[in-house]
Amino acid sequence: MATVELRFSALPEHVRTARLVAAAVARRAGVDEAVLDEVRLAVGEACTRAVGLHQNGGIPAPVKVLLIEEEKQFSIEVGDEAPHAVPGGPGDGPGDADVEIEEDEMGLAVISGLVDDVEVSAGENGGSIRMRWPLTPPVTLPA
Amino acid sequence: MDLSLSTETMGDRTIVRVGGEIDVYTAPKLREQLVELVNDGSFHLVVDMEGVDFLDSTGLGVLVGGLKRVRAHEGSLRLVCNQERILKIFRITGLTKVFPIHTSVEEAVAATD
Repeated sequence: MATVELRFSALPEHVRTARLVAAAVARRAGVDEAVLDEVRLAVGEACTRAVGLHQNGGIPAPVKVLLIEEEKQFSIEVGDEAPHAVPGGPGDGPGDADVEIEEDEMGLAVISGLVDDVEVSAGENGGSIRMRWPLTPPVTLPA
Repeated sequence: MDLSLSTETMGDRTIVRVGGEIDVYTAPKLREQLVELVNDGSFHLVVDMEGVDFLDSTGLGVLVGGLKRVRAHEGSLRLVCNQERILKIFRITGLTKVFPIHTSVEEAVAATD
């Protein structure tokens, strides 16, 4: 299992770098060329969301991106350290952050529209978005 | 690649030509441009996206914001886009039903409703 890990300060200008790195590693891992645009967009959306969560929460920690190449699949995990409101708990409900919530949901909508295999997890110590793409089997020439 | 913006007037329409990448970093520049145009009285906008290499949900949010602003003045916001990878994002989010999307600036300028 080959893994590339990227950590960047939660600033909008670094999201492009994360997109470029993710696309480069995905290409090297053997993700189909036709899917690379989707990888680039999905990882950008996930990083944009994480940057927004860190900035809104005043969290100085970096955003973490794991690019994991496995035998038959390529995974990207974007982790944030923002405490996510537990449904029904304190801080859950309408507030001043409505606009941010709308943009956050739009980003998630794009990710779910692009990626078939996606897991969003959130807890009090942070959350993550994990996305997986199948790897194209290498072409084997007949003997 | 950064974002490039230029504007041109054709009759009562203002063409906003956008090039480069529209993402969380560059989208505020596009937002400022659209707000400035509306504040200056341009309510019929055509956003030419043929030079756009990348668009994400932040960019979509800015376009939706622009649409809300021009509609408040009974204006319009039309898009010009032929790129499949950009059009796909509008389809995924259902925004093809919200924005009139044209294949050329001429077509967008000639369109009424």
